Amino acid sequence: MTDFLQLLLSGMATGGIYAIAALGFTLLWQASGTINFAQGEFVMLPAFVMLAFITLGMPLLLAFGLTCFVAVVVLGYGFKRGIADPLLKFGMMPIVVATIGLAIAMRNGVRAGYSAEAHPFPSLFADKLFNVGGVTVTLSDVGTLAFALLLVLGTQAFLSKTVTGRAMQAVAQNTDSATVLGIDVPRMIFYTFAINALLACAAALLVTPTYLAKFDMGESLGNKAFFAAIIGGFNNSRGALLGGLIVGVAENLAAAYISPTYKDAVALVIFMLVILFKPQGLLGKKVERKV
Amino acid sequence: MQKTPFIATTLALVCASLAATAQAQNIKIAVLQELSGAGATAGTNAKNGVEMAVKEINAAGGILGKKIETLVNDTQSNPGVAKGLATKAVDDGVFAVIGPTFSGSVLVSMAETKRAETPNFTGAEAASITQQGNPYIFRTSFTQTNSMPKVARYIATNLKAKTVAVIFVNNDFGKGGRDAFNKAAEAAGVKVVADISTDSGQVDFSAPVLKAKQSNPDAVFVYTNEEESARALRELRKQGWSKPIVGETTLTGQKVIDLAGEAANGAIAHVGLTVDAPLPLMLKFKAKFFQDYKYISDHNGIKGYTAVYMLKAAIEKVGKLDRVAVAKALHGMTILAAKEPGVLMDVSIDANGDLDRESFIVEVKNGKQEVKETLPPLAKK
Amino acid sequence: MAPTRSLLIGLVILAFLLAVPPFLKNYGIYLFSYWLVFVIANMGLNLTVGYAGQKSLGHAAFFGIGAYSVAILMKAGFSFWLGLPVAAIGCFFVGLGLGFPALRVQTIYLAFATLGFNTAVWLVMRNEEWLTGGTFGINNVGRPGLFGFSLDANLAYYYFVFAVTVVMGALLWKLLSSPWGKAFTALRDNPIRAESLGVNVQAYTLLSFAIGAAYAGVAGALFASLVQFVEPAPFAVGSSIMMYLMVVVGGPGYFFGPLLGSAVGVLLPEWLRFAQGWYLFVFGAAVIVLMLWLPDGLLSIPDRIKARRVAREASAARAASAKAIGAQS
Repeated sequence: MTDFLQLLLSGMATGGIYAIAALGFTLLWQASGTINFAQGEFVMLPAFVMLAFITLGMPLLLAFGLTCFVAVVVLGYGFKRGIADPLLKFGMMPIVVATIGLAIAMRNGVRAGYSAEAHPFPSLFADKLFNVGGVTVTLSDVGTLAFALLLVLGTQAFLSKTVTGRAMQAVAQNTDSATVLGIDVPRMIFYTFAINALLACAAALLVTPTYLAKFDMGESLGNKAFFAAIIGGFNNSRGALLGGLIVGVAENLAAAYISPTYKDAVALVIFMLVILFKPQGLLGKKVERKV
Repeated sequence: MQKTPFIATTLALVCASLAATAQAQNIKIAVLQELSGAGATAGTNAKNGVEMAVKEINAAGGILGKKIETLVNDTQSNPGVAKGLATKAVDDGVFAVIGPTFSGSVLVSMAETKRAETPNFTGAEAASITQQGNPYIFRTSFTQTNSMPKVARYIATNLKAKTVAVIFVNNDFGKGGRDAFNKAAEAAGVKVVADISTDSGQVDFSAPVLKAKQSNPDAVFVYTNEEESARALRELRKQGWSKPIVGETTLTGQKVIDLAGEAANGAIAHVGLTVDAPLPLMLKFKAKFFQDYKYISDHNGIKGYTAVYMLKAAIEKVGKLDRVAVAKALHGMTILAAKEPGVLMDVSIDANGDLDRESFIVEVKNGKQEVKETLPPLAKK
Repeated sequence: MAPTRSLLIGLVILAFLLAVPPFLKNYGIYLFSYWLVFVIANMGLNLTVGYAGQKSLGHAAFFGIGAYSVAILMKAGFSFWLGLPVAAIGCFFVGLGLGFPALRVQTIYLAFATLGFNTAVWLVMRNEEWLTGGTFGINNVGRPGLFGFSLDANLAYYYFVFAVTVVMGALLWKLLSSPWGKAFTALRDNPIRAESLGVNVQAYTLLSFAIGAAYAGVAGALFASLVQFVEPAPFAVGSSIMMYLMVVVGGPGYFFGPLLGSAVGVLLPEWLRFAQGWYLFVFGAAVIVLMLWLPDGLLSIPDRIKARRVAREASAARAASAKAIGAQS
């Protein structure tokens, strides 16, 4: 039983990581119809920026703060003006391709420009172990999960309780009506991109100590984030959390009880089942098709 | 609209071949390495090692008075691309090829170098590479069938372990190693009680470590790539593993120690090549590499470096730039570090292209590799 | 594009592809063969994505199934000529199977479903060592012989691949000019309206996947004998994404799109080698720039020029008639 709990808790910690990456992904989709295939790289880049700042001698939190600022400018504003705005009106394919190209460019830019090696990254949490009833948990496991929960609930609250948040939701549901109502649509969309950038930074801070800063860390993270977002529900923020937890725990349990070589298959099967029977995700709302 | 780029390609290729003939005085070596994709770390290290050696040799006058010219190409960790690049290298008339480092890629590209009778050095470790009857392939590291018996012997006699759990990575490196280890363990009288596969790039090791613990072995053998080794070590410590952790070069490299922190202490590994070996030549290499590239080399850097010097020794022995003769000379050759310091350690090459060398048992103490024992080459026993 | 003009361009391209390779060295011939193999695969993807408007991100799975079929059969002693039809027909039916999710889900969800399918296939390829050799793959796949000629030599094999490309291209051309082709484009542009007009949307959706998959299967079979080594890595999701990139960059829904797109995906990284470590970065950036400038692919350039010309003429006409009216009143 303790083994099962051990796996469950480790899985939830990993799942929390996936959830944070998935959250930004779903937000972008909801608010602007942007599918960002470079979401994983959006986490990788701040990780390296922070690393660069730290190598220059800055303390971790200051590096984080500065990186947030850089991220909002580059991954928020730059991404929106440079790629999203010009391409959104052409449908989904061009933006999908452009973000794929962006992912390739970012990945290899970091590889060639910084380093092809993996780098250690300082953890926000001290290296402490807790033993709770036979189950060992690290402080960072608990911390990551707590942060993930905080971020998701915080974003949800922001979107539904504040005026800006509600305006953003309005823009997501019906851009034309929102414009008519006097909402500054471009600005709301920009806020979405900015929030995505900040979430990616937070993810980087929490994830990189375990994942290690490497130019290709974005690939698998991005993949899992997509799965998590779909499973949980593409148009619901809490879905991202649920999806992430499901993926993280399922992988662990599958690796231990079914077959380590097919552990990816479990998340995949859940994913396929969700896609086929409940494509809007476990927590999502059904989307009507327009003619 | 579509014609012009193709005419350009043809022209470019023609020009390139003209340029190639004009430079007949240099010794051309193709460096085919993984500079992007899954093998980027290994390939980049190897390339750096090669370039450092070439720089040294050229500064000292070259081989037989001729300078070495390196043609570096990225295989993208893709065997199809590797094969194409090997074809290209052959077209360019290179004297030798160094790389690729990934077993999957070299198994494919070596068919091309064999066809062109071009010596091909590789740091890849899959056993099947030297079992294909290819007289032009030469290793720069032990084959797994060579090193695993040494590990198994250590586990049986020094650690007195009767049972062992195996955690390996599910790629050709890991699987080949696991197969060789399981066989060697059986021969040494150690029972493998758990055989646990993990993925390349895997982050969460709680399930594999749990399975290992559940099988209650006397020791655990971890055979994964560097980053994953660091994560496995961390997880083992987290779950309170107190019995021996044994591995190979990839378990205790400095990189792994940096990444795993305290969790690496106590890990034991059999290493064929380590920059921390207590040999003056090796330490000199380590320092020079750090000076040139600002980071500490891994075993792939050593492999790249020694490959160039092995080639140099063979060319000088033959006395002329004859690929077939040089390949023949390499088989059965013993290169002493005293005569050719670039090989860093005495090395013997057998008829298949496999190496025999000293190796080391290291233990990680206080964040550093400490050599506990030096194992002689198999032949010397 | 007017049929006679496409025919002319087609002939020029054919002449080029026939005449240039004998002048190239081994590597160049290998590259051209590699390029044409991807052209075949992408012709299939272009049908599914470009003409029928389905979002398929799992094409590399069929590519892989085709390659493994040939490799496994040849290792077991059967001829390439058995492997090739098995690859094509096998992929046709698997593609048909993949079409079913497409009936339930749309756009981005479909894309992810196909991605999931690709991952599943790749997992099987990697894990089932008894069948596929696992990560070790299957090495030394032979090349076929045709009417007594051995196609072992690089140039001979290239011409074989070239011949297959021409045949597959011709078949596709026929398909697209037939009523079926119209049905596919109707499916892409407005499926609900198409259905209301009597087009069997389900059947055509399934078919677009099946035919596209069959093309990838053929390409995979040729790929196996070209590289002579089959392992799971080239058939992972990353390759599917690259193929999708090639189709979109070339121009989805344009007949010659795959030719151009594959050139960008296979040949462009070669030209950019001079940038050494940075060439993939430049490639990614080039894709972004391409999308910003030409979101409908490279082959939309003539259409754009025409559209601009038409627009300019129209506004000139408007200005002229406005002047005429203005002069009156």
